[in-house]
Amino acid sequence: MTIVTTTKGDMDTSLLVRKDGNMEDDNEITNWIEYYLDGELVHRSVHVHLKRNVFSESVIQPF
Amino acid sequence: MANTQAFCSQAKVDFMNGLHALGASVIRGATTKDVYNSALYLVSATRNATDTVYNTTGEVSGTNYSAGGVVVTTATGPQLDTTTAHFTPSASIVFSNVTLATAFDACIIYNDTSATKLQISVHTFGSQTVTAGDFTLTMPTDDGTTGLIRIA
Repeated sequence: MTIVTTTKGDMDTSLLVRKDGNMEDDNEITNWIEYYLDGELVHRSVHVHLKRNVFSESVIQPF
Repeated sequence: MANTQAFCSQAKVDFMNGLHALGASVIRGATTKDVYNSALYLVSATRNATDTVYNTTGEVSGTNYSAGGVVVTTATGPQLDTTTAHFTPSASIVFSNVTLATAFDACIIYNDTSATKLQISVHTFGSQTVTAGDFTLTMPTDDGTTGLIRIA
């Protein structure tokens, strides 16, 4: 038995319909898990792996 | 030997560690590192390089989300990789058991210790919502190529 948090409280996943999704681009790898109860979305978790960083270039000016 | 014009590599790390003050600075009460937070922002918000401090304009709201976001784990300080200084949070940033029904696509990292909540960076990702679940941001490898915040 696996319990998941939902908008209806903690529920056994065996009572729910699970849908997984994912996407990847230059910026991120993202996975999500959704659980539905009678067609209603009751849980959605998202995991984003950041691939890009913020970058600052240091510069000195010649005389 | 010859002299070579350069921005000294270690100085980049030193800037990250607040060891230089080329302008007016602040009185620091201790030598300990500051506490950094991450907050989430709606797709409709306008967070960008012109930001100076954390504020609540456009910040997400919802069940189990507190304004100001969550603390960022900074167990590993800035490091130098050849000539690039880099810093990456040492653990994933997790917003646990939240419901964020309005689409969001950005987070900021800001200094929660500073009086004005000085902001460092904005990070964007695909538009998301979360329903009674976790939103987890995992970090890239902490090196001079992919570290989350880099000064080259």
